[in-house]
Amino acid sequence: MSKIKILELVVGLFVALGMAAFFMLAMKVSDISSLGDERGYKVQARFENIGGLKVRSPVTMAGVRIGRVTGINFDENTYEAVVTLSINPEYDRLPADSSATILTSGLVGEQYVGLEPGGMDEYLKNGDTIKLTQSALVFERLIGRLVTSLAGGNKDNSDDQPPSSPDAPASRGEGGG
Amino acid sequence: MIRWLQGLGRYGLARLTRLGRGNLFLLRLLGSLPFLFNRPRLLIVQLYSVGVLSLPIILVSSLFVGMVLGLQGYTNLVPYGAEASLGTLIALSLVRELGPVVAALLYAGRAGSALTAEIGLMKATEQLASMDMMAVDPFKRVLAPRFLAGFIAMPLLAGIFTAAGILGGYFVAVEQLGVDSGAFWSQMQASVDWREDVVNGVVIKSIVFGLVANWIAVFEGYDTVPTSAGIGRSTTRTVVNTSLAVLGLDYVLTALMFGGL
Repeated sequence: MSKIKILELVVGLFVALGMAAFFMLAMKVSDISSLGDERGYKVQARFENIGGLKVRSPVTMAGVRIGRVTGINFDENTYEAVVTLSINPEYDRLPADSSATILTSGLVGEQYVGLEPGGMDEYLKNGDTIKLTQSALVFERLIGRLVTSLAGGNKDNSDDQPPSSPDAPASRGEGGG
Repeated sequence: MIRWLQGLGRYGLARLTRLGRGNLFLLRLLGSLPFLFNRPRLLIVQLYSVGVLSLPIILVSSLFVGMVLGLQGYTNLVPYGAEASLGTLIALSLVRELGPVVAALLYAGRAGSALTAEIGLMKATEQLASMDMMAVDPFKRVLAPRFLAGFIAMPLLAGIFTAAGILGGYFVAVEQLGVDSGAFWSQMQASVDWREDVVNGVVIKSIVFGLVANWIAVFEGYDTVPTSAGIGRSTTRTVVNTSLAVLGLDYVLTALMFGGL
């Protein structure tokens, strides 16, 4: 009888160990608490180019993760990417004129949406659209711009720049030339 | 030439018959599972011999797999200064592929072969036949508890394998090579998703592998040629067929789960 009891105890330990392993996979490895993001409120942002942004990429403000990207769609009328951001409900006092930028963590890291707070008294709420956005920095465009501004710098500085890169933040181009 | 064709046909028919027998066997096996609600102790004993006794090999090999992943990943990521994504690398490769697959392969070698040999010997010494004579259904009494125990043990073993592998990788990466522990865990958490990676990878895959591995093991034992050589061949076939089935199914499952991205 006692031998069977020991057997049952050992099997119980084995099953408990298995459960503990799954618990660790849930908590420590995959951070299951972030599943709650879907409760958050949704905000849209339109970008001309989202680069390598993916669904589930983080949304950060001041470097702290406050939400996730939950949807990426293409708007056929404006030829823009419509990115849906889900922001955790505890962060409900973001100014309505906050701006969104697509940034890269490190040189080869993943891309994420960084929010910069604005100065308005009203707050973002479910269904709002972020109006100030800045697209992802695409390497090919950056290099292309550098090449055009280098070539253009020899003869004429101003003419060929605007058509090649309509969405250029001006400072980057000047830095190259 | 005709004789060759005849031989080919006989071989093909024998294979098909065996496949059909295997499937009927599985149906009958599943049908006799409810009996175990009345006799849970049969299940506990098998769970011990199939699950608990497989733990040492699972734990040791998972630790080493994780450590090798940590070491290899580190040497390959350092040139790019990306050693902080080591956690992602280790966790994703273990959770999606290595955990369930290697655990199933080890399980086939450690427990599947033992199941086949045990049941095969029971058949060779006519224990199964004498049970039938005593109106004890060997499916309920012998085969079902072994099958169900393996089916329960496989996901647990895969989970333990994955968790221990990640801990092994953590040990090498953080304790030995000096990767930042915070970056290790946070990058892992940022890129491993519970539903997409853990449930798809470890849970579903190991359930499928558990079904297939135990089905093959129990069937090969039951269907063995009742001689010593026959048992030897069946045991070999269990390991070979399970390994092939696991690897093949893994590709199919991976294509279904992650291929559409």
